[in-house]
Amino acid sequence: MSAALAPAPGHDGGRAHLLSVADLGREGIEEVLQLTDSFSEVSDRAIPKVPALRGKTVASLFFEDSTRTRLSFEAAAKRLSADTMTFAASSSSLNKGESLRDTVQTIDAMGVDAMVVRHRSSGVPWQVARWTRASVINAGDGWHEHPTQALLDCYTLRQAARDGRPGWAGRVGETGLEGLRIAIVGDIEHSRVARSDVAAFSMLGAEVTLVGPPTLLPSSLSGWPVSVSHDLDDVLPKVDVVYLLRLQAERIHESLLPSLREYTARYGLTRSRAARLSEGSLVMHPGPMNRGVEIAAEVADLPCSVVTRQVRNGVAVRMAVLFLLLGSGQ
Amino acid sequence: MAERERRLTPHRRGVFVARAQVMTAEDVQRALTRIAHEIVERNRGLDGVVLVGLQTGGVPLAHRLGRVLEEVAGVPVPVGSLDVALYRDDIGLRPVLPEAVTDVSFDLTGRTVVLVDDVLFTGRTVRAALNALSDYGRARAVQLAVMVDRGHRELPIRPDYVGKNLPTRRDELVDVSDAGVSIGDMVPR
Repeated sequence: MSAALAPAPGHDGGRAHLLSVADLGREGIEEVLQLTDSFSEVSDRAIPKVPALRGKTVASLFFEDSTRTRLSFEAAAKRLSADTMTFAASSSSLNKGESLRDTVQTIDAMGVDAMVVRHRSSGVPWQVARWTRASVINAGDGWHEHPTQALLDCYTLRQAARDGRPGWAGRVGETGLEGLRIAIVGDIEHSRVARSDVAAFSMLGAEVTLVGPPTLLPSSLSGWPVSVSHDLDDVLPKVDVVYLLRLQAERIHESLLPSLREYTARYGLTRSRAARLSEGSLVMHPGPMNRGVEIAAEVADLPCSVVTRQVRNGVAVRMAVLFLLLGSGQ
Repeated sequence: MAERERRLTPHRRGVFVARAQVMTAEDVQRALTRIAHEIVERNRGLDGVVLVGLQTGGVPLAHRLGRVLEEVAGVPVPVGSLDVALYRDDIGLRPVLPEAVTDVSFDLTGRTVVLVDDVLFTGRTVRAALNALSDYGRARAVQLAVMVDRGHRELPIRPDYVGKNLPTRRDELVDVSDAGVSIGDMVPR
């Protein structure tokens, strides 16, 4: 059995799930990252498909909108020769009043091996895991967790460290992210990406600084292995990675921010701010980007921006996760 | 690869204890030299010949064979490595994880591929390798070189070049390393 994805405690049948970064632990994250190299090679081939998961079925249950995560899981499953089924809440019997539980059990009865679940409420993937015999992968639950995003972010950083960035050599660890200074900027409070990334980055030894206006930071950060700043200009020259979060327009309506322009002026990565980054720095974003709000349009296309590489790595990381859950003989 | 993986399957987890050495390091080197000459003879030179070692045991052997071939024929031979974990027919039945990244950086279309592995046993690894190879192009021919053929085939596969034919029991293990070839058993810890 792989160390990475042990069955979650309290679940019968010994099926493995991927529900949170904490389930994996450092050893598990490193196993996924190492395995991802093999699947990255598959994606680079003329025929990017292997028969590893032939006969397995992966169902995507997206109760919330998504472009990249849903397509990324679908591409990953297809490159492993698994069959895919997609459930979109907007066109489903949920509109006729079917409950979440009945929906899950209906899909379970059709015979699926994995369910990829996204839901606007925290904790739903855990609940789904109780109702199905399939392996459950959390593809984002509320403000809580988005573990595959954290894995692909870690893989992207490891890849950059391995390829060699100016000023990183000799400072960043061999297997983890030791010595790396990462600023996560923006709406931390409402971000599952931030929660999963903080957990994964710090587990691998990186120093994480959260940057944002006080209204968008969680009211209590006790237990978070991070430092906090409200001044992006002060933090920028001291970090290797600037991780920008998407600013959702509804935060304005909730009176958490005076205006988008005000946010951009203080926390947006504008061209002049980008010029102050140290030489080997990377700019990351989980997408979808609001160009002109948290990131200036031209900054997103600079060579130091690895946004498209994150998307590309996302497919390989999700192949590794699917293979560990369904194919490694557990 | 096959032998290494077999050691990782649950009922065999334990320590390999050698019972007898069947080939010394010099024997292995002599066998490689003979196989190199056989490859040159059979293919009338090395035109279009590439070596592909199977992860993990076949890879160092493929590189050694590549060096011998270069000495024998005077031309360098491309050497790649192939991990067949994603092509195996026992996925889901036992722990099978890719051990190392596949590295086939040349197009195989029109080439003669010599697959290299340490031990030929059931033939299932080679079956998986043949499927994997076809994803990298249509080779003109595929040949198989192994250091040890221990019998017990489960598929209609035969080697073209053999270092040593070694009759074994099914439950024995064959270990190929730089120090030579040993036969032994898995002893539970």
